[in-house]
Amino acid sequence: MTFSNSLELLSFHWVVYTIYAFMIISIVAWFGYNLGRKEKAKSIVRIPFYGYMAFLVIMGVGHHIFTYNAIPWVSQDITRHDITPDARYNIEVGNHKWRLPELPIVVQCGQTIAFDVTSDDLTYGFGLFRQDGTMVLQMQVDPGHNNDIYWTFNHNGDFDLTSTEYSGPAQYDEEGNDLMLVKHFMKVVGCEKGGKQ
Amino acid sequence: MSWKENLISGTNFDPDSLNALQKVTLRAVVMAFLFYGLVAIEGMIMRMVETGKEVAPIPEMFFHPDHFFSIMTAHPIVGIFGSTYQLVFGAFTFLVPYLTKKPLYSIKLANWTWGLITAGTAMAWFAAFAWHYAPLYTLYWPLPVDTRQFSEVGGIVFIVGVALIMLGTFGFIYNIYATIFARVGVHKDKTTKELLISGFGIDGMLNLINKLRGKPPYSKEPALALPVVAIFRGTVDTFLDAVVILGAGILVLVYLIADLGGLQWDMNAIDALLYKNWFWWGLDLVADGLVLIYVAGSWYLLATLITGQKLFMENVARAALMLELLVSWMVWSHHLLSDQPQPEMMKLISGEMVTAFELLTQGLALFITLVTLWKARPLKMTMELKYLLGGLVGFGLAVPAGIIQADMGLNRVLHNTQWIIGAHVHIAIIVGLYMTLYSAVYVLWPIVTNNTKLYSHKLSNAHFWLHLIGGIGMGAFMGMAGLDGMLRRHLYVHGEFNPLMIFAAICGTMLLAAWAIFLYNIVMSVGIKGLVGIFMPAKDPTPSYGIDEALEPADDPAFAK
Repeated sequence: MTFSNSLELLSFHWVVYTIYAFMIISIVAWFGYNLGRKEKAKSIVRIPFYGYMAFLVIMGVGHHIFTYNAIPWVSQDITRHDITPDARYNIEVGNHKWRLPELPIVVQCGQTIAFDVTSDDLTYGFGLFRQDGTMVLQMQVDPGHNNDIYWTFNHNGDFDLTSTEYSGPAQYDEEGNDLMLVKHFMKVVGCEKGGKQ
Repeated sequence: MSWKENLISGTNFDPDSLNALQKVTLRAVVMAFLFYGLVAIEGMIMRMVETGKEVAPIPEMFFHPDHFFSIMTAHPIVGIFGSTYQLVFGAFTFLVPYLTKKPLYSIKLANWTWGLITAGTAMAWFAAFAWHYAPLYTLYWPLPVDTRQFSEVGGIVFIVGVALIMLGTFGFIYNIYATIFARVGVHKDKTTKELLISGFGIDGMLNLINKLRGKPPYSKEPALALPVVAIFRGTVDTFLDAVVILGAGILVLVYLIADLGGLQWDMNAIDALLYKNWFWWGLDLVADGLVLIYVAGSWYLLATLITGQKLFMENVARAALMLELLVSWMVWSHHLLSDQPQPEMMKLISGEMVTAFELLTQGLALFITLVTLWKARPLKMTMELKYLLGGLVGFGLAVPAGIIQADMGLNRVLHNTQWIIGAHVHIAIIVGLYMTLYSAVYVLWPIVTNNTKLYSHKLSNAHFWLHLIGGIGMGAFMGMAGLDGMLRRHLYVHGEFNPLMIFAAICGTMLLAAWAIFLYNIVMSVGIKGLVGIFMPAKDPTPSYGIDEALEPADDPAFAK
């Protein structure tokens, strides 16, 4: 099982966590109901204490092992210094303004792109969003450091850019509009429908 | 009794019958719930803004970024310190002497504690209100000293306010440890070493090891009761956290004062990432340290008080509190998983692997509490039991949500979104923490108020359901908006994430209504006269509760000798 973009991952996450949430609420509700009953409820399952502990350890560690194998950008992120990207874009930010290459950035399907972002003054964020507002990726932009992210784009898209970290009210105009929002920052083209090359 | 008489005099509450310990406890609790109301109103304003100008029936000024982010800055300060800290500190100031059967070290210091935290919270709030000082609670360097955006005076008032809160926190810490280590009453013959071993939960661990080796237990009767061990342990993190926050405050203050004096100091002299690590290490001791440990201790206490039975697997619980100490010191990197210059090994070990242990420690506390209750059934479904179950649900939802996001894959698309603050933080605090605290309030109510009759149980029930459904609902809708890409520290003025934000605002309204009902119920129980009486000097200076033997407080000079 591999997630080819954030939409697939977030949909999966939505379903799994919703099931879990209903399950934990139901368990405690069932528990509360039976606590008050004079007729003692029989245990449905007997949970051995150390078995439960082992289950928690497996869930905690297994979750990371699963995501490492199922989410491609995890290993890419860890080994990014050994990867040669198809294109690299250097972006600077300061005084709540981006200094960007010529826009829109056009990326061919399946290309791995490196974004190198540096800040002159404050901590910002670098986030790409689809036209429906869903997030493609984000990272923090710490001043005085190189902030780089490598990303392989497997789906066509038209992405906006904005700062995902609060850097003071100067990011907005008096009406509350985001001044750091760059519409149609990049386009991914050449993918087949469904996201494969 | 007429409604008006009830409002003025309460049911049967007599503030003059309270001793000094009861009064100082109630003072902190009253301030905590007043600040809770303020934080609920602030939260509702922000929820309304997020529904958009076209929908929200609130004045235009709230949509201005200066105003919006100053509310967002004040909100956690008032909520965490003004309300939660005060409530927890007030409860523990009563519980430690009550459970150790010793007098509180100093009533005077306890009064200073709630006074300093109240004044400090009010100052920080005022700085945001009057000067729109808005670097948020994260204080990411160098934003708090960015005088292009913020007033120096506003910043100084804010930081001095936070410093007062931390001084009050130090007062609480000193009082708690001085009470625990006072060798009077049942601890007259105990050594400091014995109290330390028990306080850190080492006796529980040694008991477990001895059991495995077939030897008799290290300690059959531990020097400190388990809830006191949790308070002892959690207070270590409270101290470290206060040191870090105070340190950050001093740094910001020095820069602001220099700026006011016309000196333009180089902001790059401080490494932003190093500062972030240091600050999050301290700040995370609140979220992943003292809150989880205090909550575990509170669950154990509530479970034993509600059932009247011994805690299930007490030695394991004691040992787990020791494990939580180590875990809480090493998990801060999960806040920096999206910081690319952060070393990968720190992300993997501290951010992911050690953080995952919180699933184990909190899952253990939940299991032990549930089994203790289960073994004592049938139980009467009292308000305290209902709230305790609500608290368990809250952490049952919020802790796994936190573990999920503390992952390098998911964090890439969840960091700084409404998922973090909704599904994780708000459910943990509003449902998990507050419902546990409400359970403690109902358990301690007859003890601290000398059996004052509660005005209405129907209102208590209404409060419970509105708070539970409103809290889970608001967190869930915020979380869903986060999965749709909505950021947490961002201004949306056109209802971009409706209808989710409208649903979240409806649930927020339920929370606000729940607080109003709770407050009304309490005011009608104690009366306005009683409420004022709580803040009048106590006629009975006793600094303890439920001890037959007369013991002097340890801050009495003759006694100290």
